Amino acid sequence: MTLTGSTPEEASFLRPRKRRPKVSVVGVIGELFITAGILVLLFLGWQLWLNDIIVGSQQAEVASQLSEEWENSTPADAPTSPVPVESADPGLNVEPATMVAPANAERFAVLIVPRWGADYARPIAQGVGVSDVLNKIGLGHYPSTQMPGEVGNFAIASHRMAYGGQLKDLHELQIGDHIYVETEAGWHSYVFRSLEYVLPTGVGVLDPVPQNPDVAPVDRLITLTTCNPFYSTAERLVGYGVYDAWYPRAGGPPAEIAGTPAAGGS
Amino acid sequence: MYAGLWRILPGPLWVRIFLLIVLIAAVLTALVLWVFPWADHFVAPQDVTVEQ
Repeated sequence: MTLTGSTPEEASFLRPRKRRPKVSVVGVIGELFITAGILVLLFLGWQLWLNDIIVGSQQAEVASQLSEEWENSTPADAPTSPVPVESADPGLNVEPATMVAPANAERFAVLIVPRWGADYARPIAQGVGVSDVLNKIGLGHYPSTQMPGEVGNFAIASHRMAYGGQLKDLHELQIGDHIYVETEAGWHSYVFRSLEYVLPTGVGVLDPVPQNPDVAPVDRLITLTTCNPFYSTAERLVGYGVYDAWYPRAGGPPAEIAGTPAAGGS
Repeated sequence: MYAGLWRILPGPLWVRIFLLIVLIAAVLTALVLWVFPWADHFVAPQDVTVEQ
């Protein structure tokens, strides 16, 4: 290789390379290995950090769009919206509006948890398929469990990390924290009660009365399942909440989330 | 391999550095936009549900 026309600095920069005889096979293989290693590290960084942030903000966006859609569609749907019914449940004024289970992978609710930040809102879809719901949409509803507001157990699953990590901070919930489930008809408010750690086969957490398959349900519960510990799927972390109150859409969102981006308000 | 790439790049030192940065940025963009989402399908899916 010739250095004609090069400046002296450049020539001195290139001189050591010139001394190297030829491209060696071992050298190229070594460089390929180093490249492969860097690619794997980049992939992990993408999966656990960059994509997590991207997917998380996309889902927050989708959730606020859903809230807005429901907010705007309510007047037209008013005649069909359920008339408040006196609840037999002494703790509730009116019977919460329930809904028929939607088709698989259809978004039907939004999870709002103020403990996880004023802007925390993520869509909930029907089904717990990894590729069609959990990796794409966000939270998934176990089809075998009840719908929000029904007597029994509304159980949902989601990632603890990567793909938006919707339940990243499940372990940070404290007794009394509100877990809101917004649907087209309004807001179901649950109060966080406890955590439980189970093996991946611990399907008892999905029972209408968790871990008591033979008992008839009287309470309305929410169950959140995700993986535990971080960076592992060895166990499942389960969070339970009990029904607190029903806020029909006509009456506006609960005070705690009114005006936050999560409630779609301004 | 990479030494060869450096030799192929034209121009004075700062032009080469600039070209290299552009190349790296292009590769990273391609990785994030297409390669990583594609490779993601082959990574064992992370199960988060409880099942029998």
